[in-house]
Amino acid sequence: MNGRGLIHYALALLLAPLLLGVINRVKAAFAGRRGQPVLQPYYDLVKLLQKGAVYSRTTTWVFRAGPVVTLAALLAALALVPFAGQAGPLSFQGDVIVCVYLLGLARFFTVLAALDTGSAFEGMGASREVQFSALAEPALLVGLVVLGRQTSTASLGPMFAAVGPALWMTAGTTLALLAVAFFIVLLSENSRVPFDDPNTHLELTMIHEVMVLDHGGPDFGLILYGSALKLWIFSAFVAGLVVPYRCGNGWVDTAAAVGALLLTALVVGTVESCMARLRLLRVPHLLISATVAAVLAFLLMTR
Amino acid sequence: MSTPRTLRMGEAVPLAEIPRLDTAGFRARVTDVAWRLRLVALFGRPSYALTASEGRPSSSSVAAEGQSAVEPGAPVTLTAIFADDRNGQMQAFSTDVGASYPALTPDCPQANGFEREIAEQWGVRPEGHPWLKPLRYHRSAVPGRDAWGRAPGTAIEPSVTDFFRVEGEAVHEVAVGPVHAGVIEPGHFRFQCFGETVLHLEIALGYQHRGVEQALRHGDARRVMPYMETLAGDTTIGHATAYAQALESAAGARVSARAHALRAVALELERLANHTGDLGALAGDVAFLPTMSYCGRIRGDFLNMTALICGNRFGRGLVRPGGVRWDLDPARKDELLSRLAAAEADTKSAVELMFDSPSVLARFEETGTVSFDECESLGLVGPAARACGAERDVRQDFPGGMYRFQQIPVGTWSTGDVFGRAFVRWLEIQRSIAFIREVLQTLPEGDVLAPCGPLAPDSLVVSLVEGWRGEVAHVLITGAQGQREFYKIVDPSFHNWMGLAIAMRDQAISDFPICNKSFNLSYCGHDL
Repeated sequence: MNGRGLIHYALALLLAPLLLGVINRVKAAFAGRRGQPVLQPYYDLVKLLQKGAVYSRTTTWVFRAGPVVTLAALLAALALVPFAGQAGPLSFQGDVIVCVYLLGLARFFTVLAALDTGSAFEGMGASREVQFSALAEPALLVGLVVLGRQTSTASLGPMFAAVGPALWMTAGTTLALLAVAFFIVLLSENSRVPFDDPNTHLELTMIHEVMVLDHGGPDFGLILYGSALKLWIFSAFVAGLVVPYRCGNGWVDTAAAVGALLLTALVVGTVESCMARLRLLRVPHLLISATVAAVLAFLLMTR
Repeated sequence: MSTPRTLRMGEAVPLAEIPRLDTAGFRARVTDVAWRLRLVALFGRPSYALTASEGRPSSSSVAAEGQSAVEPGAPVTLTAIFADDRNGQMQAFSTDVGASYPALTPDCPQANGFEREIAEQWGVRPEGHPWLKPLRYHRSAVPGRDAWGRAPGTAIEPSVTDFFRVEGEAVHEVAVGPVHAGVIEPGHFRFQCFGETVLHLEIALGYQHRGVEQALRHGDARRVMPYMETLAGDTTIGHATAYAQALESAAGARVSARAHALRAVALELERLANHTGDLGALAGDVAFLPTMSYCGRIRGDFLNMTALICGNRFGRGLVRPGGVRWDLDPARKDELLSRLAAAEADTKSAVELMFDSPSVLARFEETGTVSFDECESLGLVGPAARACGAERDVRQDFPGGMYRFQQIPVGTWSTGDVFGRAFVRWLEIQRSIAFIREVLQTLPEGDVLAPCGPLAPDSLVVSLVEGWRGEVAHVLITGAQGQREFYKIVDPSFHNWMGLAIAMRDQAISDFPICNKSFNLSYCGHDL
């Protein structure tokens, strides 16, 4: 446990939905609209938590457990994620693997809950989600392994703490490739364009959204909050890699890291505004190219 | 065999001149022309309507029966109207049938929907029809006669039928609708999928069936115009103009050039609003935000231009038999022209942004392809047909009103995919804007509304209008006293729904929304 890590954890819990708000505002600006309030995700969460939930008679406890387990797994994963060069509150040697598996656990229960409904849509979404995450996971894992090897540690905290201007000078290409791979994984895992369209209402085209169609009220609130945390986790990876700003003063570093995260949200929003979604058949191509970038970084490192 | 009676658009043909063939001769004629002509309409109606002088049921009995104005076991007259698009001519012929007749669809696939309609409406069974299922799920107008032998008491509910099913280990079925996630009309789509690939799509409609044709035959005359304007709400001008044209032709009424010009302006504005909206919606379906947002707004601009003419964004209350109800004064004309110029520039930048984006083109190209041959055999109409390379446009082939004096070049494309249907819309947007500008700048003087006069008795009129979705066909048959005896409506969607089903074969199921949007067919226009 460490004090600053705890503060960062609290900050993440508080600010995660803000990233979604920023992305929405950026998209609105590109479309020539004012857009919803930046705090809209918070209003939505409050609204959803006040509602009642409706459960289909065909579902079992798995369906109800889905959102809870997913959120719990994401909360645990968040506690391992370093921020502003500072290790997460629960950081330990080897937490890289645990973090990736916690993300996997979250997905596993979302998928189970989706399959539990027995709906054709949700089964279709679950199949897509599992297929695409199977392709995204290698990119993330290989990337983290490269980073660990580069910084001689298997813990996320020291790993990202070691990333700085010095490392960029010596292993810039490797880090740049990793940043590309992580950013692609960020887009894919958080169901952003070009992989998925978080705004669509068309069930047949959805990947992630279609799996949670049957959840309502507080359950859906938990899911929304979970996806905000997930976005925070992946943005922290990307931002920690690309903007490793440290001046020594802890508060300034933290503020800079939050700024870097908002910048990531800005970039995500810009990407979403400038391109169309990929054809579903082409999604694996982009994910494999993320893995290729990570493997290339691996080769560069070992040469 | 008598020679076919050639008729022109908007010509009142005496019913006696339309050849009545025996069933075999009718079938032979259909088979003979089906490969080169396009089926505009094929419909049934009670036979007494034709035998005008020989013992028609008294008008009071027609009114009293209300729901089913047909005697049990009455023969039904089938009338086929084929169009020769290249020569701007049509031919019509008819036959009388009893409870069944040999189906035309095996030799004329264009007749598929029409024959199912006839079977459902009149209980006449087309024997050997390969796909004989209800179309709108209602009872036949002939008491006790049902093409599927359903007992009179059984409930008939939409999409309760045998769906085509593919069996297999990895084959799964996805059912979408009738309640959809967006604010759209109800319709049921049944996909047979192999993984992400669609093997077959079956579309079941009928949820929007209001019985409009029946209401037109027996209902209050004052409600006719509102019905016409809401046959398909987004084709208000198209259907209203087709109806007005039919009545004016039957009455031999002269409509002023100014009224014709204003109708054409309204029709093109309707096309502009819908095409722009469609392009924006297509962009939205592939998550290309800028074009989606801008086109959504520009669509409103075009609708507001229609409102500037008549006070209603959809043009309700504008077109009436005999002309239009609202004139355009010079101040509003100038206002319209300046708004048009602004909208033109906005549309151009929004649409070109989309067509310049490789990520959008990657989604549109080679998605939902309909071949030229499929287009011809299904008899597709409108932008969907022109995207397959079929140079088919009522404004060119059967021009009525203003289009006789001022031509619009037909825009076609050859790929038949989503891109083709989107690009043809863009071509039409540009040409419609130029057309409106030309018409407004040379707007003829004169009155805009004149009384229509009585209709010619015992006649048939085919009225065609190129609505934004394609050919709007109305057929009017008058009785011995010049009353509206029978009225048939064919919305372009009626021809094109099958095209969507064919376009989805071997496509990814996740591409269904953009295929669907690229056709953007009307549910209520089909269900009537």
